[in-house]
Amino acid sequence: MKILVCISQVPDTTSKIAFTDNNTRFNEDKVQFIVNPYDEWYALVRALELKESLGGTVTIITVGPLAVEPIIRKALAIGADDAVRIDMDPQDAFSTAKSIADYARGKGFELILAGKETIDFNGSEVGGMIAGLLDLPFISLASKLDISNGSAVAEIDIEGGVEVTTSPLPCVISAAKGMAEARIPNMRGIMAARTKNIEVISSDVAPLVQVKAFTLPAPKSAVKLIDPSNMDQLVELLHSEAKVI
Amino acid sequence: MAVLIVTETSKGKFNKASLEAISYGAQVASMLSTTASLLSIGSGSDDELAKAGEYGVATVLKADHAKLSHFDPQLFSKLILAAMEKTGADVLIMSHDRTGKAVAPRISAVLQAGLISGAVELPVTSGGFSVKKNVFSGKAFAEYSITTAKKIITLLPNSVPVKLTGTAATVSAFVEGIDAFSSVLKIEEKIHQHDGEIPLPGADVVVSAGRGLKGPENWGMVEDLAKTLSAATACSRPVADIGWRPHHEHVGQTGIAIRPNLYIAIGISGAIQHLAGVNGSKVIVVINKDPEAPFFKAADYGVVGDAFEIVPKLNEAFRKFKEQNS
Repeated sequence: MKILVCISQVPDTTSKIAFTDNNTRFNEDKVQFIVNPYDEWYALVRALELKESLGGTVTIITVGPLAVEPIIRKALAIGADDAVRIDMDPQDAFSTAKSIADYARGKGFELILAGKETIDFNGSEVGGMIAGLLDLPFISLASKLDISNGSAVAEIDIEGGVEVTTSPLPCVISAAKGMAEARIPNMRGIMAARTKNIEVISSDVAPLVQVKAFTLPAPKSAVKLIDPSNMDQLVELLHSEAKVI
Repeated sequence: MAVLIVTETSKGKFNKASLEAISYGAQVASMLSTTASLLSIGSGSDDELAKAGEYGVATVLKADHAKLSHFDPQLFSKLILAAMEKTGADVLIMSHDRTGKAVAPRISAVLQAGLISGAVELPVTSGGFSVKKNVFSGKAFAEYSITTAKKIITLLPNSVPVKLTGTAATVSAFVEGIDAFSSVLKIEEKIHQHDGEIPLPGADVVVSAGRGLKGPENWGMVEDLAKTLSAATACSRPVADIGWRPHHEHVGQTGIAIRPNLYIAIGISGAIQHLAGVNGSKVIVVINKDPEAPFFKAADYGVVGDAFEIVPKLNEAFRKFKEQNS
């Protein structure tokens, strides 16, 4: 089974969110970068589990400059076989998806996995776009994934239950919580990752959308503390002040 | 230039998120001095679908077909592309729900049309076309400009209020290309929802609890409170991970993100990962015995004390309020 896993570099969840260059760029100063959790914990780890039971290879692919190599090494340490870095500043979801689709076309990947969204731009776009560009079936938000009789069998949490979707291969799947458990790379994995191959290719795709400016939400006013013995007051405030009941 | 809105009916009716998308699309059309049509996927009487007119849509294309009862993004995309062609639409509006998340990117890629997913405001159309959306899991906003002629927006539920305008719309059937399409997906639904349970994703009021409740046997008071408020129940990640509550109730960074009008958090400390899933809530009430719990910093109202005493009292207060106001 030949699997391609799309990964993205994102700021760690606890990072301070601030902007520079007239609020047009995320301020990376002192920010710790990680592999997007949906890409790493769910998509990559499930890909490795499938490889361990069915054989095959797991290739990771990311779009970004040389500075993203640490997260590539991390993914290789967790167990991916090799990596592709598309040497381009990822300007929007389309330029990212098109660069990945152009690479993947004709390479014989049976499964292309991505996290359901990144925790920085929260778009949920790249997986669906790759599927569209390669005209492949797409299962989004899968919380379970198996391969059975040469097909992908995925479960998706829906309102009040689950949907079980079976798709022929190749297909594109976006991963949600539940697909796998996070793995911590061990020393052997970290050592092995140092010598694994990272293929660097170039790409030049124009974006379809551009960030004009970032803004921060207005600071929240201080919490109003209510005496525990006076719940009538809380209900009254929710009604007359907050107007939510 | 024209606007096409795409929504689905659920059990023959528009849900709140659909009505928001319809109203949003109609408002975008009016900003662009053009008209909006609606492609409604799923069953629904013509009378129900004509209601879209009250939200500003002139015509409704009704796509009601057995093959659409299951969600195949390839088929939905094909249908929407055909409807865009028919209506001459160059702006496509969908809800940022499961369907919008899977289909809008596909259409964006096929048409090379700029996509803003999860918009939280109406676009600004003077001097270009830009839309605001949440980024960094609700910790910031980004204003994006779309530079392509064709534009796609998915709207985050509970972000832009609906506006009533106009009268009934005309409804006609539209199932172009569906008969000829053969889906490669096999789809089976397994429903385990109990009657009367409020689904979490679109709920207006959510009552949520965490490890502070000490054990799954103590959820009775949470469910009682939710019942009084016609609210959905939710939980924090540790509680889902140790199996006290089902995973589909987990809200937070890695669970689901919700945007209710009222979020009541009981015995949840408010780790940054949890806040990422609930910071879109309009009003947050936090009940916690630890006055230093970080959640209080993100809360509108807070009660410091023992949840086992406070929650039943709060339930009683809500019940009294309901009686007086019914």
